[in-house]
Amino acid sequence: MKFRTFAAFVGPSIFLMLLFIAAPLVSVFTQSFYLSQPVVESVEVETCTPGFLTQTCTTEVRTQPILDENGRIVRETRFVGLQSYRNVLEPERAWAAISSFDISGLLAIDFWKALRFTLTFTLITLPLVLGVGLAIALAVNNAAKSVRGPVIFVSLLPFIITPVIGALSIRWLFVGDGILTRLMEYYSGTDIAMFAQGWTIEILMLFYRVWHVAPFAFVIFYAGLQTVNTDTVEAAIIDGASRWQRLWYIIVPHLMPLIVFVALIHLMDAYRVFEEIVGFSSQAHVISLQWLTYDFLQPDDSGNRAVSRASASAMLTMIGIVVLLIPLLRKTWRDHRGTR
Amino acid sequence: MSGPKALQQPISLRLFSSAFLAFWCLLAAFPIVWIAVMSFKAPVDAFAGNPLDVIFGPVTRAGGEGLTLVDIVLGVAVLYGAVQVAMRSLPRLVATDAPWGPVAFRWLIASVVFTLGFVLVFFGLLPAISGAINGVLGLDPIIGLTTAHYEAVWIDNEFWRNFVNSLIVTVGVVTVSLTVGTLAGYALARSGSQLAFWILIIALVFRALPHSVLVAGYLPVFVNSAAILEPILGENAPTLYGQPLAVIAVLVSINQPFTIWMLRSFFQSIPAELDEAARVDGCTHFQAFRWVIMPVMWPGVITTGLFSFLLAYNDFLVTSLLLDASNQTMVPAIAGYFNRETTTTDQVEAVAAAVSITAPLFLLVMIFQRQIVSGLTAGAVKG
Repeated sequence: MKFRTFAAFVGPSIFLMLLFIAAPLVSVFTQSFYLSQPVVESVEVETCTPGFLTQTCTTEVRTQPILDENGRIVRETRFVGLQSYRNVLEPERAWAAISSFDISGLLAIDFWKALRFTLTFTLITLPLVLGVGLAIALAVNNAAKSVRGPVIFVSLLPFIITPVIGALSIRWLFVGDGILTRLMEYYSGTDIAMFAQGWTIEILMLFYRVWHVAPFAFVIFYAGLQTVNTDTVEAAIIDGASRWQRLWYIIVPHLMPLIVFVALIHLMDAYRVFEEIVGFSSQAHVISLQWLTYDFLQPDDSGNRAVSRASASAMLTMIGIVVLLIPLLRKTWRDHRGTR
Repeated sequence: MSGPKALQQPISLRLFSSAFLAFWCLLAAFPIVWIAVMSFKAPVDAFAGNPLDVIFGPVTRAGGEGLTLVDIVLGVAVLYGAVQVAMRSLPRLVATDAPWGPVAFRWLIASVVFTLGFVLVFFGLLPAISGAINGVLGLDPIIGLTTAHYEAVWIDNEFWRNFVNSLIVTVGVVTVSLTVGTLAGYALARSGSQLAFWILIIALVFRALPHSVLVAGYLPVFVNSAAILEPILGENAPTLYGQPLAVIAVLVSINQPFTIWMLRSFFQSIPAELDEAARVDGCTHFQAFRWVIMPVMWPGVITTGLFSFLLAYNDFLVTSLLLDASNQTMVPAIAGYFNRETTTTDQVEAVAAAVSITAPLFLLVMIFQRQIVSGLTAGAVKG
């Protein structure tokens, strides 16, 4: 294929990606060093209320935004260096907390709280998703052919459901008078409030994520199980391998590329955890890195968005993604070198 | 059981495996089925302590709304008939060599006619008939069921507006991202150049980016776009914030890395000899793509389209930040319901809205199960 035809085919796609992915990245990077604020001035305002004989007048100094000739608020943008990063990371407070071994003090800062949750969430769900997915795949592979279709259908439901709605559907089972809370209260005989403290919400979030992603792992592992070499399995049986040995030494190595694939996709997606926070309305107890950026971008009471702080937290989130991606990129690079 | 004796499994293992599978199916379906049941009940029933009360809904029944035995039997019969027609007769009708239009167009017509007919029979004819029979036999309802919450959500709270917005955004995203993506995917699959490899690698990095990072880049630009674009477009420069078209462009681009990876793997499974033959016959690259490759690519295009649809339909972050309240799509709009949840009626209305959003996805899995599975495995098997 000539370069010009190639460029014509790829052009529109590249254009979109440059305009809407690469350009915003650059702009977020620069935004994070600048602060855009309304220009304010201090004015003396005299307010008078009618009184008997003389008016009662008070003078106060008020700060108000300067308006331009069209009545819009004048904003100024200035270079603040690493100030936004400092606002997000709060290094002095964080360092004071670390040096006095005060974990709860460290986790009182939003960014570190979000980082702690995002990392534990990612690392705990990973083995669970792989394990549950593999278990379902093995069980379906074991089942009669006639039930496999319906089982795959039911399994796809949690995967395909809108993430916010999926989280909500689990939340409604566990809210104050939800059916499963009632059930647990009935068996334990105590009052249970699943949404009153952080750790119970986190358990529900972990459950939701495993419920949501295990079907994806299952479908991929199930496809992989169809291509297991039966000769190898039979040879292993003749050699007297037990079921566990066959699983561990033949089937798992056969599935290894797929396990790596699912693990990488899951790492990328779990690191971006966000919908759970919205669905479980957990922002008072548990927040994630992506939610932090989202929150900075939401207009506050006076309609301002903390764009520079959002950019700083977005750039910090990116660092994690880059660290996660390095092994994947190295592997792809090596494969590419190998095939050429 | 057939096969070598050594491969036979002990009965305990088989039992354990089936029990685990049954448990998983219960776990997978229960939350979804349960909110569907809740959405049809009066608030007292929906949050009742006894699960049987939630299913049968005594309070709802006492309110005079419910299904009698005749309703249930007739309803199940109509549903069964509809599934039979959709699975058996409809494909045969479409497959007959009608003199008009291509297959995709005939499918479109057939599914629209089928949906209209089903709605007419199920919601128009059926209640009338069963109501008459119930009146004659004097039957009382046995299962409480009310559609009051759906009416409140869709009509009083104008959820249909959000539905229309979702429709605009998803249709836009699927069409544009498939058009742009097939072109790029084809070129990337056929070109072995170093450039193609680097494009794919960069796309992979882009795929991993958290969407909030990108939105942080769009927001200030979109809010001020009228001022920024004024030198170029003059007076009528648009404010991109709140524009569905801008959101479509954003979602298409965010989805582009995934789309080109998936389409590339589908194009690679089509033998290159096919376009070589077309080229020998005098086609240009584009003609070969359009008239030789695309006709055999439909399964891959449909599968990729499904995943584009899911991304656009399920998105919360981008649409909630870039669209204002007047043209919000369904998923962010539901945040308004569960945040105000003050009374149990509000909660059940939120449940009804959630079920309304899930219903189209349920149909999607039912119709396209095979394509979804093939799409999931397409990316993976290559590794």
